[in-house]
Amino acid sequence: MGQTIAEKILATKSGATRLSPGEIVDAYPDVVMSHTATWRSVAAMKRIGATRLYDPNRLAIVLDHISPAKTEKYAKDQQTSRNFAREYGIEKFYDVDAGIAHLVLMEHGHIKPGDLVVGTDSHCTIYGALGALGTGIGYTEVTSVWVTGKLWMKVPTTIKFVLNGKFNPGVSAKDLMLYLIGKLGADGCGYKSAEFYGDAMPAMSVSERMTIANLAMEMGSKCVFVPPDVRTAEYLEGRLKDFSQYKPVYADPDASYEQEITVALSDLEPMVACPHQVENTKPIGEVVGTRIDQAFLGSCANGKYEDLVIAAKILAGRRVDPRVRLLVTPGSKEILLEAMKSGVLQTLIESGALVTNPGCSACAGDGGMMADGEVSLSTANRNFVGRMGSAKSSIYLSSPATLAASAIKGTIADPREFY
Amino acid sequence: MGATMQSTISGRVYKFGDNVNSDIIIAGRYLIYIEPDELAKHAFEMLGEGFPAKLREYDILVAGRNFGCGSAREQASTAIKGLGIKAVVASSFARTFYRNAINDGLTIVESPEVYAAVQEGEQVSIDLANGKIAHAGREYAFPQIPPSVRKILELGGLANYLKANIN
Repeated sequence: MGQTIAEKILATKSGATRLSPGEIVDAYPDVVMSHTATWRSVAAMKRIGATRLYDPNRLAIVLDHISPAKTEKYAKDQQTSRNFAREYGIEKFYDVDAGIAHLVLMEHGHIKPGDLVVGTDSHCTIYGALGALGTGIGYTEVTSVWVTGKLWMKVPTTIKFVLNGKFNPGVSAKDLMLYLIGKLGADGCGYKSAEFYGDAMPAMSVSERMTIANLAMEMGSKCVFVPPDVRTAEYLEGRLKDFSQYKPVYADPDASYEQEITVALSDLEPMVACPHQVENTKPIGEVVGTRIDQAFLGSCANGKYEDLVIAAKILAGRRVDPRVRLLVTPGSKEILLEAMKSGVLQTLIESGALVTNPGCSACAGDGGMMADGEVSLSTANRNFVGRMGSAKSSIYLSSPATLAASAIKGTIADPREFY
Repeated sequence: MGATMQSTISGRVYKFGDNVNSDIIIAGRYLIYIEPDELAKHAFEMLGEGFPAKLREYDILVAGRNFGCGSAREQASTAIKGLGIKAVVASSFARTFYRNAINDGLTIVESPEVYAAVQEGEQVSIDLANGKIAHAGREYAFPQIPPSVRKILELGGLANYLKANIN
């Protein structure tokens, strides 16, 4: 019997010859990421009385969630993180100007196929867009990996997703994932690995793959894999410090899957997740006309350059409805610069958008908070109650295209009329 | 070294449904704290005013599927501990919460049967050594945490475990 990608990576990182689902191993991650939570891991390190790191080169720190500091407390915590990075000579340290940790690490060539990556963020699954095993852990466990170099991991079973055909105009990877989350539920892929195949994959951009691997967390996925191909290699060429380290890990043809789910992309329509669960998804037709006060274009799910381009194409020459505040947060400095050079930023601003500095922004409650009764449409990955302000406000989730169309109309709108 | 795990946990139950996410358990704005007492003041406050105080009257939380889903924030389990809750019994847990609870020394038990059987305010008794929950004259077996991982919980969490093992 062959092996899945998760089985192979966990075997390599734990020194095993081969592994089966259910086995528990001590695995050694290649990268351990901590974001704004870094100060907490520093506090935990003090608490346990440890002073040495297993390998400083494996640490990556990005101050992304509340950037720049908005209170003295945040400033102090960020200072703790900075001082730690300096004291221990952490080369992969990125300050509040850099953007969202996940995007920053991939853009800077710190993630490669076959890597095991853990971090203080549930959306570490996104690294699977490049064929790496990424998964989230808490801050004390990050400290533990800093100090011991390892953590226990259970080998997951795997669900195989087969995506065939092409998206219709106005439909994208976000709609696909909202469809799958709605179909499988918030724990439909719980504790499991997800591998994505099908004749649609070669045409899928790296940006779309990131959206897939990011959103798959919302159906509980432990890790996600888009098997590397020529697009992956192109993305990483010039980003990886040493391209000879590009060694994709693939599943064996006879690997064992718990389930196989096939989706014809041409059957999909724009989808929206309704308050207050991501699994509460509906086809756009059922929510068209819902009033919105705010529209947030950003996050590790959909704050990438391609996402801004999709929105800008719809917004070009049009105006955001005066009842709507359109917030745009480029995911990273690289994305901000690209959008500036290409004119995308100008198009968005001229249409009425407020453009913020890169980072997690409104998705992490950093700006863009909502009052009682307000409604936000968001391209982020969570619509949990109170996540963007008042417990009496609500969040709908959509693709960048649906968001742009809705910002123009002032109510949730079908983007297909703009194509 | 550290508090060892109690072998029996008994008390009154507060009952939640499915998919209680970690944003509900502790909102992002309170992640500036890591102290159990500070976090407990705001635990579950999205569910209504007075909720944290109300939950302090209970000993054990019982929930449906996928408890603790969403954000990997460790403060979710810390906040529950801060409320004085001694254990969470759920049909299933999200994996990040499962790990964080163990690392935080919070007892977690998977039991869809208990979720189906128990009503809010009732008494249950969790026998950790034998993997059984007693409720209303019946006993329900539950799967034990793997022995290698259980050591962390038994020492009261990962910080204690590391203190005992790294030096």
